[in-house]
Amino acid sequence: METAEKTVTPFTSKELVTDQEVRWCPGCGDYSILKQVQTVVPELGLNREEIVFISGIGCSSRFPYYMETYGMHSIHGRATAIASGLKATRPELSVWIVTGDGDSLSIGGNHFIHLLRRNFDVNVLLFNNEIYGLTKGQYSPTSEKGKITKSTPMGSVDHPFNPLAVVMGADGTFVARAMDRDPIHLRTILKRAHQHKGTSLIEIYQNCNVFNDGAFEVFTEKSSKADETLFAEHGQPLVFGAAKDKGLILDGFQPKVVSLSEVSANDLWIHDERDRTKADMLVRMFDDPSREGHFPRPFGIFYVEDRFTYEEAYQHQLTEALARKGEGDLDALLSGNNTWVVE
Amino acid sequence: MENNTLLATEATILFAGDSGDGIQLTGDQFTNTTALYGNDLSTFPNFPAEIRAPQGTLAGVSGFQIKFGSTQVFTPGDRCDMLVVMNAAALKANLKQLKPGGIIIANTEGFDGKNLRLARYAEGVNPLEDGSLETYKLFKIDVTRLTKATLGGSGLGTKEIDRTKNMFVLGFIYWIYNRSLDTTIRFIEQKFAKRPEIVEANIKTLKAGYNFGDTSETFMQRVEIRPAQIAPGRYRNINGNPATAMGLIAAAKKAGLKLFLGSYPITPASDILHELSKHKHFGVGTFQAEDEIAAICAAIGASFGGSLAVTTSSGPGIALKTEAIGLAIMLELPLVIVNVQRGGPSTGLPTKTEQADLLQAVYGRNGEAPLPVIAAKSPGDCFYAAFEACRIAIEHRTPVFFLSDGYLANGAEPWRFPSSADLPEIKPNILNSAPAEGEKFLPYGRDEKLARPWAVPGVKGLEHRIGGLEKEHETGNISYDPENHEFMVKLRAERIEKVADYIGPQTLDQGPEKGKLLVLGWGSTYGAIKTAVKSALDEGYSVAHAHVRYIHPFPKNLESILRSYDHVLVPEMNNGQLVRIIRDRFLIPAEGFSKIKGIPFTAEELLTKIKTLA
Repeated sequence: METAEKTVTPFTSKELVTDQEVRWCPGCGDYSILKQVQTVVPELGLNREEIVFISGIGCSSRFPYYMETYGMHSIHGRATAIASGLKATRPELSVWIVTGDGDSLSIGGNHFIHLLRRNFDVNVLLFNNEIYGLTKGQYSPTSEKGKITKSTPMGSVDHPFNPLAVVMGADGTFVARAMDRDPIHLRTILKRAHQHKGTSLIEIYQNCNVFNDGAFEVFTEKSSKADETLFAEHGQPLVFGAAKDKGLILDGFQPKVVSLSEVSANDLWIHDERDRTKADMLVRMFDDPSREGHFPRPFGIFYVEDRFTYEEAYQHQLTEALARKGEGDLDALLSGNNTWVVE
Repeated sequence: MENNTLLATEATILFAGDSGDGIQLTGDQFTNTTALYGNDLSTFPNFPAEIRAPQGTLAGVSGFQIKFGSTQVFTPGDRCDMLVVMNAAALKANLKQLKPGGIIIANTEGFDGKNLRLARYAEGVNPLEDGSLETYKLFKIDVTRLTKATLGGSGLGTKEIDRTKNMFVLGFIYWIYNRSLDTTIRFIEQKFAKRPEIVEANIKTLKAGYNFGDTSETFMQRVEIRPAQIAPGRYRNINGNPATAMGLIAAAKKAGLKLFLGSYPITPASDILHELSKHKHFGVGTFQAEDEIAAICAAIGASFGGSLAVTTSSGPGIALKTEAIGLAIMLELPLVIVNVQRGGPSTGLPTKTEQADLLQAVYGRNGEAPLPVIAAKSPGDCFYAAFEACRIAIEHRTPVFFLSDGYLANGAEPWRFPSSADLPEIKPNILNSAPAEGEKFLPYGRDEKLARPWAVPGVKGLEHRIGGLEKEHETGNISYDPENHEFMVKLRAERIEKVADYIGPQTLDQGPEKGKLLVLGWGSTYGAIKTAVKSALDEGYSVAHAHVRYIHPFPKNLESILRSYDHVLVPEMNNGQLVRIIRDRFLIPAEGFSKIKGIPFTAEELLTKIKTLA
């Protein structure tokens, strides 16, 4: 509940562990994400009782059961809508939404985009494993075209979503990508997400080792990671490669991969997370890594914008109405403006 | 009043015209004035779904019927004494509603060649001229020409002048019933406050209509209907949707909670959203969601956070909310779901009334998913029923269905409103501290109502997780245990049945405690049943009327009431829904009586049926 001066009772990562047995498959990427969240949350200056984790349906959505905070495991695709009602009415709470690619981009696609445009101050952890895991292996809205799954024996004919392009399109104000296999980076992003006032969206590449093993291998394995990924840091040139010998430049409006032996680091594209146009380009670097001449897949925080949050505006109207009209008088409401007396 | 004034006990007027003619506004104004004068009344607005249906056509006819009297009035009247028509289509669509020998007031300009064609009268036929209406008292007034004459030189354009013609008609009707123009003048001044020239034009036309009655001698007889002898007290006029909104606000206030509405616009429920949006200074927050599902889910989130949460919709929207209602049942959180029913299935008849969502409310979810269902019986009763829905939701920690319908939502009646001090307190008992040292918090522990604790985020030591998966008794942990599931299914049913311990007994509305026939109604059929049963009783029939508010669970004494009569008749504006539940629950041969026309029962229809059984 709201108090004039907040007193914070520190807690440890261990105190965030519930008495419930974690039931993800052995080797699932979800374990790492849970671990990083449990590591970061105690460092955020929050009281445990003001934290709420809300999820929908899917493997990732079991998450709240494993966090010793307030939590709700709701119905498919609706965590975003439930969180909206909670955050509008209880803006002081720290609300975290845990969702998956099916939950947020398929059945919950509508609420997902509206959450972003309204810019509730919540953190969304979008576990993207490019597959339906809990229903045992059907293609998802982020599965690549041609994907062979139980429901697509001849290959999927769906063109997939580029999740962060959807987020940019819905005017998301904090747009980031991380992966389950890079815990240090993930923890950094989680902290920043919490600090951002507005909807913080982190797409987290998460390996489903049972139904879609190795979907992100090229980005996560040591042998290829350095050449296939690009970690964007605010104010730093976009450099990648095992020897840090490659970079990105902007040739007019076209991003281009260059060798640092030919181009000076000073001439590279300097990442500016406040630059919407460049962020649009970064999230559009979404090439199939097997394609000749493809771009590396960017990770990091691509875009940050300060915009009013829904709950601020919502609460402001309530306060404003109260200031203007005084506290509502129920008897005046009941009688209205025109009454008459029957003797 | 002059000597040529006729004293009557009641009258029914039907205003009809094009949906752009301002018929609903005219009806509302006449209603407000009549209510303030002290008549009892009941209204029935009836309009097309299209905002501007094709002008002049039968499809575009909008109607507003009002019955008012010096005696008690429970229905908007079966047939009208006076039919006011702005065009040919309005006459054609509504003539069958007029009593034999009734009065027709017709705007002649609405009967020109074009309007007659659009109303599908045969070539060359004008009902105002061909003698076909000679059994009625026909008064032809060239409203358009008179309005133009009134506002000539006002500087207004033809269109703006034309828009005031409903005020001429209203003024004329006020003259007939000798009513004051004050209420409507005040209304005009407020509505057009920013456009003084429009205020002046409307008032001028209103007065011209009134004076036309005085000077023209078209109408020889004025009618006097004295104030009604109804229960003493202070009254106001009320429609069902605002009454519902006020019931929700009052309940929040009495519970000391903030009110949160998650809603998505839908006919005929949207006015509740509009009304609640105006009352932010009562701590009322409204969230116009992206869809029906988000609307209820946001409400569930707000309820989890400790608000009195409500979602409002109509049948198709309720269908979309179904899965989330099931979640709320599993979460055992307070939630009020308002269904302002309309004709179905699917999009059905958006602006017409029906009671066909009762089975949807009682049974329409996956799994064994019981919840309380209560229904309002009149526009003013929407207030009390909504308040009661909130009380049950909060104190029993459950979603509650509140059923209204299009007829209640838009219909009006005089309402002896309560004082806030007379309303009962509601006790939310939100937990504000952790259990004592050594005791474990049980999120699905139970109180004497079998309700679980309402533990909202922010309280140290009450951190817990809830969700849609089956719960273990008391701990609320996920459980797939077969015994536990059966136990929990039965517990969820039992705790809803237990609501019956906390509601009043079923009462008889009128009639003997034993007899030949019980008419059992629910919802908006109240006025028509009451009127019909009263007539039957006056004629000596052995009949009684009971009207159920609590449909799930039923009051405990309902069965003994049902068994006190030879026959039970259940009139419903559906194909027989309550009657199925009654038969199923009590194994009695209750008989259904259906009307599924998008319009309410008339008392006459019911009386005829009652006479066959009583």
